[in-house]
Amino acid sequence: MENMIEISGLHFSYPSDDGKEAAEVLKGIDLTIKEGEFVAVLGHNGSGKSTLAKHINAILLPTEGKVIVDGIDTADEKRLFELRQCAGMVFQNPDNQIVSSVVEEDVAFALENLGVPYDEMRRRVDDSLKAVNMYDYRLHSPSQLSGGQKQRIAIAGIIAMQPKCIILDEPTAMLDPQGRREVMATIKKMNREQGITIVLITHYMDEAAQCDRIVVMDKGTVALDDTPRNVFSHVEEVMRIGLDVPQVTELAWELRKAGFDIPQDIITEEECVAAIKKLMATA
Amino acid sequence: MLRDITIGQYFPGNSLIHRLDPRFKIVITLIYILMLFTGSNIICLAVGGVYTIAALLLSRIPFKMFWKSVKPLLPFLLLTAVLNVLLVDSGDVYFKWKFIKITAGGVNISVFMIIRIVLLIMGSSLLTYTTSPITLTDAIERLLSPLKLLRFPVHELAMMMSIALRFVPTLIEETDKIMSAQKARGAEIDTGSFVTRAKNMISILVPLFISSFRRADELATAMECRCYNGGEGRTRLRQLKASARDFIALAVTLLFYAGALTVGLLFK
Amino acid sequence: MAILETRQLTYTYSIGSPFEKTAVDHVDLKIEEGEMVGVMGHTGSGKSTLIQHFNGLLRPTSGTVLLDGKDIWADKKSIRDVRFQVGLVFQYPEYQIFEETVFKDIAFGPRNMGLDEQEIKRRVLETAHDIGLKEELLKRSPFELSGGQKRRVAIAGVMAMEPKVLILDEPTAGLDPAGRDKIISHIKEYHKRMKNTILIVSHSMEDIAGFADKILVMNKAKLFCYDDTEKVFGRAAEISEIGLDVPQITKVFMELKRQGLDFGKEVYTVPYARDLLLKHLRGKAGAEDC
Repeated sequence: MENMIEISGLHFSYPSDDGKEAAEVLKGIDLTIKEGEFVAVLGHNGSGKSTLAKHINAILLPTEGKVIVDGIDTADEKRLFELRQCAGMVFQNPDNQIVSSVVEEDVAFALENLGVPYDEMRRRVDDSLKAVNMYDYRLHSPSQLSGGQKQRIAIAGIIAMQPKCIILDEPTAMLDPQGRREVMATIKKMNREQGITIVLITHYMDEAAQCDRIVVMDKGTVALDDTPRNVFSHVEEVMRIGLDVPQVTELAWELRKAGFDIPQDIITEEECVAAIKKLMATA
Repeated sequence: MLRDITIGQYFPGNSLIHRLDPRFKIVITLIYILMLFTGSNIICLAVGGVYTIAALLLSRIPFKMFWKSVKPLLPFLLLTAVLNVLLVDSGDVYFKWKFIKITAGGVNISVFMIIRIVLLIMGSSLLTYTTSPITLTDAIERLLSPLKLLRFPVHELAMMMSIALRFVPTLIEETDKIMSAQKARGAEIDTGSFVTRAKNMISILVPLFISSFRRADELATAMECRCYNGGEGRTRLRQLKASARDFIALAVTLLFYAGALTVGLLFK
Repeated sequence: MAILETRQLTYTYSIGSPFEKTAVDHVDLKIEEGEMVGVMGHTGSGKSTLIQHFNGLLRPTSGTVLLDGKDIWADKKSIRDVRFQVGLVFQYPEYQIFEETVFKDIAFGPRNMGLDEQEIKRRVLETAHDIGLKEELLKRSPFELSGGQKRRVAIAGVMAMEPKVLILDEPTAGLDPAGRDKIISHIKEYHKRMKNTILIVSHSMEDIAGFADKILVMNKAKLFCYDDTEKVFGRAAEISEIGLDVPQITKVFMELKRQGLDFGKEVYTVPYARDLLLKHLRGKAGAEDC
């Protein structure tokens, strides 16, 4: 598989305005994400995870180091639109990224900007709306929609550009459980059916657990980078960083601490049920 | 309570009037306004009235709604009518008592003016009732597009207008929420003296401004991420195509205008 | 006596329009003084409408709300006093901050109550301490603070009114796990000092399990249940059926029970599950040792 995103030696500081030393937000990040991967970036507020995300489609440019997305250097201004078509971004607040008062026109926004001819635009807008299951709402006003529906519209607006990669910056943080489920199902579908590379920034461990790979950020560096199972088995490390592990993992860890023989890489309910039954049977 | 306010009240529908090309609707409305203002006597207005009623019926919007748009202006209309009746002095005298004198001329002018303004309001309400604000903005952008040659920022204005329209409901909801939150902290907004109320408005306006700036900032980033680059080379999802129906509507309007002018000349 | 009571409380939005909707439907409820209550329900279940009745921001279409046994709408003029006695913190309350300093913003409510400067100062300092804001922050502009700190300033602003009942609508929405735990533990601390009644709305039953004595569940404008936390978790299957999330650990023990391994208790937190399992495991091992 090809590398979709290559980040090497990335440092970033926000420019300081009052002569004070600029605080470094990203402190040397090396990260490679392959085409078609579904990666969660976990981290607490201020860990630098959103700043990292903003580097992938050149909203921010590295102070030091390089970010290459699908062969395009994000610092290359001439290929900015090409880059942004390739790597789309969905933000946290669903209200603040919808431009138009009509759903289908919002989905078409990027295509209008890119000058896509009408017939193709119509087809791509309809396909995108169908893909996120919002086709029936195409003539609605976004203000009549729920948070989860608005986020799906935002996702449709991105996939209409036919990107290879979508970066989602805490897309579910402002949603209720129903909305979170809708959005997660949509993202998974995009990854599975269209092979789009997904970078999901989140602080919900249950969402991260559904990905192929978890990158845990802490204080501007990558603290852990592995499969969900391996990441969550570092219970102490994850908790020290200020994140949760699944309740079943925590329980298994507690029981191990108390001296019982239970696998430490339990992450699903089924595994936990089986392990407890085994434990009770042998005790 | 704030939720009841709607801007450019639009009643979705599928009537003939709804389906007309918004560019034609704007042009037709302009001709209609011209017809009302060049019509020199009451018979011209009668022609305009027939035209208006026909259009209102065709829109299938309850008449009540049009009445609603006229109602808030009634006191003002009546006041000017009364002033006209009292101040204009021409023609037969109907009534005289001390300095009060009512003449045929005054009555005529008053009636004429009331009908003209009522028709004007109803006709323009028809435009906003049957055309969504966003379609209207779009049509204005296209009608004004020749001005681009004069470097007039037509696209930018239209974009600002449509973003404003998009955020009206969001900001209304937000204002409502902030008001409730400050009321919960004892701010007197509906009650209390004028000074406390004015002071408490600050507790609503400051958060509203801050949040609007934040929204604007985030929206700008989101637009850039979707390759927004001004009006140059943009294509549009919304296609406006004039059909036979639009030309017929325009022709009918022009005929009525001509009719009104002729009638006006004949019955001078 | 119940501090807060509703009798046949009903609220209908936009009566007479095509959008007419009953958001709260004949709700009878008694909340006792000093309780810590978790409030759950979907978006649109009526829970937000319900809590806005408790401090008189909404007026019932029919039915009554009683605070300390008195109908809050008996005298319309006293509704503002009701708002001081029942403090309501909205979702994302940091957006209500407007003053130049943290101190002034927290003092806004107490000042509206007409308290004297000394009392205002005492309240601001005490609540700032409860919510974990350092004293030196009080002089700063609230807009320079981090998201989590702003949230705490906004919550303190309502706490400082020292209401008999404090209601918080999703106080941890959008925060990371550390920020969430911090806010909940500070609210608990405040509760310990004030011994007042606190209602916390949350989507997460997992979070609610960590603090609530009682749980109130709204579903489709009706009161689904209002009972002790353990009893509500006893109905986890029903709650899951109305579409609310049940904690993972509860699901595990439900499944164990279904497979014939019944511990005879409702499990809803990890420490409790651990202790329960350890007791059984050790008890069993101990029994065999004898």
